[in-house]
Amino acid sequence: MKTKLLAALTATIMGAAPALADLTIPTLNYRTGPYAPSGIPYADGFSDYLTLLNERDGGIGGEMIDEKECETGYNTEKGVECYEQTKADGLIYIPQSTGITYQLIPKASADNIPVWSVAYGRTSAVNGKVFEWIFNMPVTYWDGASVAVKYAMEEEGGSLDGKKIALIYHNSAYGKEPIRTLEALSEKHGFELLPLAVDHPGQEQKSQWLQIRRERPDYVLMWGWGVMNQVAIQEAANIRFPMDKFIGVWWSGSEADVVPVGAGANGYKSLNFHGTGSEFPAMQEIKSMVIDAGMGAGDGSKFGEVGYNRGVFAAAVTTEAIRQAQEASGKSDISPSDLRDAMESLEITEDRWSEMGLPGFAPAISVTCAVHSSPRLAAVQQWDAEAGEWNLLTDFMEPDFDVVDPLIEEDSMAYAAEAGIEPRSCE
Amino acid sequence: MFYREAGDFKTTYAKDSQTFPIRFDRYRYYVVMAVAILVVPFVVNDYWASAVLLPFLIYAIAAIGLNILTGYCGQVSLGTGGFMAVGAYACYKLMTAMPDVNIFFHVILSGLITAGVGVLFGLPSLRIKGFYLAVATLAAQFFLVWLFNKVPWFYNNSASGQISAPTRTVFGAEVTGPTASAEVKYLFCLAFVIATAWIARNLTRGSLGRKWMAIRDMDIAAEIIGVNPLASKLSAFAVSSFFVGIAGALFFAVYLGAVEVGEVYGINKSFLVLFMIIIGGLGSIFGSFAGAAFIVLLPVFLKNVLVGQFGWATDLAAHLEIMILGLLIIVFLVLEPHGLAQLWRITKEKLRLWPFPH
Amino acid sequence: MPEQLVFAMEVFLNGLMAGVLYSLVALGFVLIFKASGVFNYAQGVMALFAALTLVGIMEGQVPFAHLINAIFGTEIHHFGWHVPALLGILLTAVVMVGLAWLVNTLIMKHLVNQEPIILFMATIGLAYFMEGLGDLMWGADIKKMDVGLPQGINLWIDEATFEIFGYGFFIDNLDIWATVIAIVLVAALMLFSQYTKQGRAMRAVADDHQAALSVGISLNFIWVLVWSIAGFVALVAGIMWGTKSGVQFSLSLIALKALPVLMLGGFTSIPGAIVGGLIIGVGEKLFEFAIGPLVGGATENWFAYVLALLFLVFRPQGLFGDKIIERV
Repeated sequence: MKTKLLAALTATIMGAAPALADLTIPTLNYRTGPYAPSGIPYADGFSDYLTLLNERDGGIGGEMIDEKECETGYNTEKGVECYEQTKADGLIYIPQSTGITYQLIPKASADNIPVWSVAYGRTSAVNGKVFEWIFNMPVTYWDGASVAVKYAMEEEGGSLDGKKIALIYHNSAYGKEPIRTLEALSEKHGFELLPLAVDHPGQEQKSQWLQIRRERPDYVLMWGWGVMNQVAIQEAANIRFPMDKFIGVWWSGSEADVVPVGAGANGYKSLNFHGTGSEFPAMQEIKSMVIDAGMGAGDGSKFGEVGYNRGVFAAAVTTEAIRQAQEASGKSDISPSDLRDAMESLEITEDRWSEMGLPGFAPAISVTCAVHSSPRLAAVQQWDAEAGEWNLLTDFMEPDFDVVDPLIEEDSMAYAAEAGIEPRSCE
Repeated sequence: MFYREAGDFKTTYAKDSQTFPIRFDRYRYYVVMAVAILVVPFVVNDYWASAVLLPFLIYAIAAIGLNILTGYCGQVSLGTGGFMAVGAYACYKLMTAMPDVNIFFHVILSGLITAGVGVLFGLPSLRIKGFYLAVATLAAQFFLVWLFNKVPWFYNNSASGQISAPTRTVFGAEVTGPTASAEVKYLFCLAFVIATAWIARNLTRGSLGRKWMAIRDMDIAAEIIGVNPLASKLSAFAVSSFFVGIAGALFFAVYLGAVEVGEVYGINKSFLVLFMIIIGGLGSIFGSFAGAAFIVLLPVFLKNVLVGQFGWATDLAAHLEIMILGLLIIVFLVLEPHGLAQLWRITKEKLRLWPFPH
Repeated sequence: MPEQLVFAMEVFLNGLMAGVLYSLVALGFVLIFKASGVFNYAQGVMALFAALTLVGIMEGQVPFAHLINAIFGTEIHHFGWHVPALLGILLTAVVMVGLAWLVNTLIMKHLVNQEPIILFMATIGLAYFMEGLGDLMWGADIKKMDVGLPQGINLWIDEATFEIFGYGFFIDNLDIWATVIAIVLVAALMLFSQYTKQGRAMRAVADDHQAALSVGISLNFIWVLVWSIAGFVALVAGIMWGTKSGVQFSLSLIALKALPVLMLGGFTSIPGAIVGGLIIGVGEKLFEFAIGPLVGGATENWFAYVLALLFLVFRPQGLFGDKIIERV
């Protein structure tokens, strides 16, 4: 039986390997496992946008896009397996998990394939001098922490002196990301920081929320993930914490996090870096040409959700970078390093967003060699439970670069020293 | 015909008690070794090495380790993931603290450190038995993961909380780091696999192994005939953790390169290794290999068949994959509770008679 | 009264309530272990599966919609009806009985007389299978569990305690309901096992398989019965936890919360599961309250296990477990 198995295995792997496609984008989706509720809308949005381009424009610059979907279940080893299997054709990797990002940073740098972590992963990858192949657009966790504090400060009339801000976070590398920034900010603005860790998976948070109830912080920030989000929002509703003073990061602000809580979640806020809703021309085209035509990646029920739009955002930026790479290199069949060069000089103006059918969907993007992130802006959105939709409350706001940038410099240089990288000059 | 003792005369005691008393077995063993060392490194590609062979080799070490504890000594442990984490973090600290020492020694030292931690968590096994012990080892699993996550010293205060392996070489060839070639990584792990399998095989058929098995079969009876339960159980925990620690260190340094403890060394890892030894066969070194191969290859195989051949949606395939895995485990247990190793044993018995019926 | 003491009292009460929820999960383990010696790792997944099925039935979801659509190219998702909660629970209970029968006929019957570890592994296989099955049947998406249980702070307790201590205690309405339901459930189980024929047969099997067989009790029937009851307990646990956090994959992880409870209370004792749950609930909450801030918090995952471990070193059979008698 074993030899048979081995023979069959060899046959399938050897047979499955070669790919004919022109622009191959491997996607490391997670439609299963504990984080599937967050992974499904994103995966649907990303695929549907690519399908739209293939159907409407015949791909990009005359080349069809071939999406190679892997199912990682948010598991690092599966991600590595997928990477190894597809790296011969893959143009770019969007790892979709912090763990996989950290795997791919050294590997893809060695293999000369660009990696784009869409507002997750290693924050200091913003430093393009050290991280030549890694991009962390459009905004980082440290920017996010700063924007959230800035928003709170504006709400409080310009000063947070003597206020108390609690941070409830997933007890993992991801959840701990904002602590350093918040500590620096608390020194600067004179508020007290109260970090509260929640261990994975976070189904039981009574202790943390009893503490919040006792300490009565003025604001609660959340770096949560998976089931922890729903439970936290539910517990906040239970203790009657004012929802408009409860702000989550962008991974704690999608339909999957608030819908299970029902009416209690009304008024909950979170950060976001792209538009909400489906009132964009390109989104309507997706609806009519992809979903209604029966070519959608999912069942269409996620259309217009925050996670879905995030997938559309990632796909739009990726394909735009591919288009610019084609223009710059003068050939339609680009290589990963062409794409990297294009991403490093990526320009998406507001007019260009409009041309793409997404006017006002996201602020203009302009990446440089030294700063692998742009525009580094985030807005605050609020959940309207009755209408069942997220609405942007503010404009896209700038973080406090004076605080964030030195931290990025410090961390990226530490990485460079550890990994033996000589930073580029970027002149 | 070929597989029989007849005509294979032993003239010394050493020969009589050798590991593979049957000539065919011995040659088969040499052939497998030769293929693994001399052929595989030259034909393997990146995908095979990184996605299939490396995890197989490393899991085989972990499975041998757990098999010593659970299969030979009868102490069920669900803390394998936690002990692997000890190996990984020990290796990371050693690699960064003593960059000039060869990584080979770092890995062995990590194993020794893990052995110490294992003995510590093995102490309650003197009082606690059966499922109570199995659940008690989960305390090690959760506590260790929490500790590595919470104390910044373990990850050198890095902002990300991740540990990543710096580049290290053996005989001038890079073993860790992003540019290390697949063949070198494979050979490095293979060296450890051969060494651990050899050690384990000889330990388990020596007096220590017999003590373990006596404890497994009935610890009170073993105590009465003069086996010291303290020494036996703790030595099983130590040896087992030593192997598991090596596996954890290799898993981090050579296979993944960067690790976050809660994700990679979580409780799922403990269950996965336990699966391997149950499917492979409790109390069998061969079973550890067979189980590791089965668990590593099956998902890859199913994925390639369902997605690659039939073109199913990846999430459907993933759901089916986990259902089939569960089903196979059940079917295996119903048909052959003693695992792949038992099938192998039966085959061998049949072969000894073949082609003559009696 | 000093402030810290008042806070500690509030934490204590909430710990008790959390403990009840742990006990609910642990109860399912104990029932099966007592009657058949099977340590059913799939109990947590059974809770998830029951909750998924309940929501699916109530919402009128088409089971296996994704698979059917993928094979036949159809576009079906919903039957378009809404089933009231009570009927939904009843139907789900029927499904769980069917599942119990299947598990017994297809798996457990074939594994009679195997070592406990083999049985344990079989339930892990079962857990995997049901995890995939649940997702395949009802989709991996998160769903809202709404059977009409109230949630949120109990204002009456808040006001009453404010009168007495000057600080209003927070008690979740859902927790109060969970406690009431748990008490009813345990009482019903007690009555059932004391006063009905099947219940007495169940106890006889738990005491001694051989003796029970020899007086003509059908082991098969009893096992199906026990798995059905465990399935029903899983359903109740699934409803409670699902209301708290939404119904999705992570629900199956509540099994991990129940294991230390089992260690503490003993695998074979129903009162043990209850008392163990309460001790674990209170212990972990008070530890997080008092010691958590000193070591950086998030201690709850391991504290329960370490507490149970330390306890077991002094009493290896758990609080109420059968005394371990060893003979050669």
